[in-house]
Amino acid sequence: MTIISDKYKTVKPEEVTVWFKAAPVTAFPKDGGACVKYKDLQIAVFNFERLNTWYACQNLSPEKQEMVLSRGMIGDHKGIPMVACPLHKKTFSLENGENLNSDLDPIAIYPVKIESDFVYVGFSE
Amino acid sequence: MKTILVVGNGMVGYKFCEKFVAKEESKQFKLIVFGEEPRPAYDRVHLSEFFENQDAKALEMAPAEWYAENGIELIVDERVADINRTNKTITTAKDRAFSYDYLVLATGSSAFVPPIKGVEKEGVFVYRTIEDLEGMLAYAAKIKAKNPNAKAAVLGGGLLGLEAGKAVMDMGLEPHIVEFAPKLMPRQLDSRSSQVLQLKLESIGLNIHLSKATNQILGDDGYITGMEFGEDDVLDVEILVVSAGIRPRDELGRSSGLEVGVRGGIVVDNKMQTSDSNIYAIGEIALYNQMIYGLVAPGYDMAGVAVDQIIGKTETLMPEEIDMSTKLKLIGVDVASFGEPFMPAAKGHSIIFENKTQHLYKRINVSLDGKTLLGGILVGDASDYSMLHQIFLNGMAIPEDASQLILPASEGGGSFGDVMDLPDEAQICSCENVTKGQICGTIESGESKDLADVVSCTKAGTGCGGCKPMVKDLTEATLKSLGIEVKDSICEHFDLNRQDLYKIIQVKGYKTFNDVLDNHGNGGHGCELCKPVVASLMASINADTANKEYAIQDSNDRFLANIQRNGTYSVVPRVPGGEITPDKLIALGEIAKKYDLYTKVTGGVRIDLFGATLNQLPLIWKDLIDQGFESGHAYGKSLRTVKTCVGSTWCRYGMAESVSFGIELENRYRGIRAPHKIKGGVSGCIRECAEARGKDFGLIAVEGGWNLYLGGNGGATPRHAELFAEQIDNETVIKYIDRYLMLYMRTAKPLQRTAAWQERLEGGLNYLKEVIIDDKLGIAEDLENEMQTLVNKFECEWTQAINDPEMMKRFNHFVNSEEEDDNLVFVPLREQKMPEKWV
Repeated sequence: MTIISDKYKTVKPEEVTVWFKAAPVTAFPKDGGACVKYKDLQIAVFNFERLNTWYACQNLSPEKQEMVLSRGMIGDHKGIPMVACPLHKKTFSLENGENLNSDLDPIAIYPVKIESDFVYVGFSE
Repeated sequence: MKTILVVGNGMVGYKFCEKFVAKEESKQFKLIVFGEEPRPAYDRVHLSEFFENQDAKALEMAPAEWYAENGIELIVDERVADINRTNKTITTAKDRAFSYDYLVLATGSSAFVPPIKGVEKEGVFVYRTIEDLEGMLAYAAKIKAKNPNAKAAVLGGGLLGLEAGKAVMDMGLEPHIVEFAPKLMPRQLDSRSSQVLQLKLESIGLNIHLSKATNQILGDDGYITGMEFGEDDVLDVEILVVSAGIRPRDELGRSSGLEVGVRGGIVVDNKMQTSDSNIYAIGEIALYNQMIYGLVAPGYDMAGVAVDQIIGKTETLMPEEIDMSTKLKLIGVDVASFGEPFMPAAKGHSIIFENKTQHLYKRINVSLDGKTLLGGILVGDASDYSMLHQIFLNGMAIPEDASQLILPASEGGGSFGDVMDLPDEAQICSCENVTKGQICGTIESGESKDLADVVSCTKAGTGCGGCKPMVKDLTEATLKSLGIEVKDSICEHFDLNRQDLYKIIQVKGYKTFNDVLDNHGNGGHGCELCKPVVASLMASINADTANKEYAIQDSNDRFLANIQRNGTYSVVPRVPGGEITPDKLIALGEIAKKYDLYTKVTGGVRIDLFGATLNQLPLIWKDLIDQGFESGHAYGKSLRTVKTCVGSTWCRYGMAESVSFGIELENRYRGIRAPHKIKGGVSGCIRECAEARGKDFGLIAVEGGWNLYLGGNGGATPRHAELFAEQIDNETVIKYIDRYLMLYMRTAKPLQRTAAWQERLEGGLNYLKEVIIDDKLGIAEDLENEMQTLVNKFECEWTQAINDPEMMKRFNHFVNSEEEDDNLVFVPLREQKMPEKWV
């Protein structure tokens, strides 16, 4: 089996070379997420309305390599914005990808910007 | 290797084994245990519970495998018939011989049957073993078939007699207690407390006859028909249970020439050694200080002494004074006595509080100088017992006005006696001999983090359970002293528990998660713990479906399907009561085939279709709904199934239409969200093919209606449901289940099944009966109305979802593509498919 997690690497805002126009803002639930397809990548994008901030991370759960994180609940753990994997409720920081309640590998984080009611995810190529 | 033979596998005989295997030295010995009864040791103290559930296993001290796992050879159903002290051998009734190095006699006692004329008649029983009870049950069933209003008497108004009284009451017979003395429980209670107890017991339906000497047992053809006390003083009864005391089973001691007491019992010293230094006696056959101790705690202590003596720790001795304090619940009534319950006026003063209207009595005896507590009696409310008992045992100082110890705490005055004031050596659990120091120590060392840890580390509270409240208080106080807050708030975002939130949402009428969080949260943004709790509360209170605010729903509710390990879903349509037409069954098969779904019958006997992708879910449901199916809520913390047997519709044994009633119940409670999943069962007769007693609510058809059982579950901690009401009609069943479920939904913790909730409910089953049947809190109507509102508002959330394009949006794997997850890999399995194995 190929290690798909190798395809996902955190992109810092200053490293963005491509802003991918993903979908209109209304396609995402408030305080929840949905999955964006970019080439052969699956990116979970979250509309964290309570913080008036958008986050993006790999859709791949590092625990069992399933494409599910976009379906997880979001919220905060001691003030850190996080997503909880729907399979076993492993939580990951949406700011730096760190696993907050266990010692799994961190997940990759991507920048998000909103322009004219459209959601863009940043990649570096 | 030396051999120890234990004769007798009762509670004390078992305790010997348990304490023995806990010792390192036990490896140097071989242990063989003989039991006369056909099953391993069981909890005789709680024998009357057998009537509630007829589950002998539940009473077992340890299962038969436990003995083997611990290297003990257990031989049941084989009485030891003879001891040869010269050769150091024993012979069993099956004529097998075994030799010993040490012999431990723990043969206990048998019921004493006074030599009354006619006592040999059919229908006269003793109350001692499960076999006695089974005999009684069979006989009672015969009697009741002929005469539904049959009376049963218990001869003896002592502790065991009253327990037997409860047993015959549970059998549905009119119970009568006949006592020779002028008061109940003459050994433990003074006249006034005995009167209070009598009033209470009469109020719940026991008939009590005092100062009655039974002249003879009346009867025709060898069957009992009554008891005669004096001329023209006759009580017509069809069953008599003799509970007039116990006699030590000391026949082995007598036949082998050991020293025995004048009135029975094998004489032991403070090492539990008999007159033969290789033979020990413990429990109710041991005559220690010229006394037989008929309580469990001293018996357990004796077992511990004998273990230590045999393995060479000879410094362990039985104390001179044995504490006979006891607290028990008799037919739901608290009764406790400690120290010197009856005290001559020359030794001190008594302070007595009596309230006959509330059936309460409290008496404490203090020394003449008013400084020491000497003993006391509590009837009706024994919540002060643990503290009073500790003050007595440890000779602690008492307040100048000793009445404060038993009177309700007055305003401003702090209640006297904090558990933390006890000395470290104070014995909290007398059954397991656990001190305050041990309980606090296991928390302070970090070994225990909560009450459950404390109980498993120290075993405190695992015997009679009387010390549980105190263990809980000590645990909480110790945690608090370490700066660990004991909270049951749902998560870091709320300082409230589920019950508080329920009330708040109900009263304030909040409609969204953010409303609740902004008004009552701690300023955070919620998490995977509080979001589903609030979602469930909104559903329980407002009948909201999971479509409304789907982003706060738990994993399964969010997509109205059960997420499986590769991120695909399974689909379970409702099949009420398990009844399905061939056409619908074919339709299910066709749909499964169309979408290539792995198909399996679930544990709840429904049909589960696995392997559906997110994109497929609405398509599958469209097809299912077109075929007349609706959501089965297998994904929700809500009613799953009401399992039924086929009942009188087809079955030649069926007594009622279990399928029809099961369908009615399933359709009534479908879709209602609760703290955890709920399952029901309806069996058409006592053969119980629907396994209804393993469900949250279960019904068994009996002559004249349904027996309703509540609070059962399978799962990690299986528990049988408890018998709640008998012979009730359909309407009453629904009324009680409505009230029960609503009360559970209002007050349980998140993800707490009814079984765990009911077990932790203060006051237990009796409290539930008072609230649900007697409407003690005056809320029964509210509960019913709330449930009826939820029932009326039911809507199939899948029908709702597929008809609303806005709601449908979420069933796409990608927001920007119609494609499906390309990461899914399936492999073949027995002509179907399964997800590739996890790495």
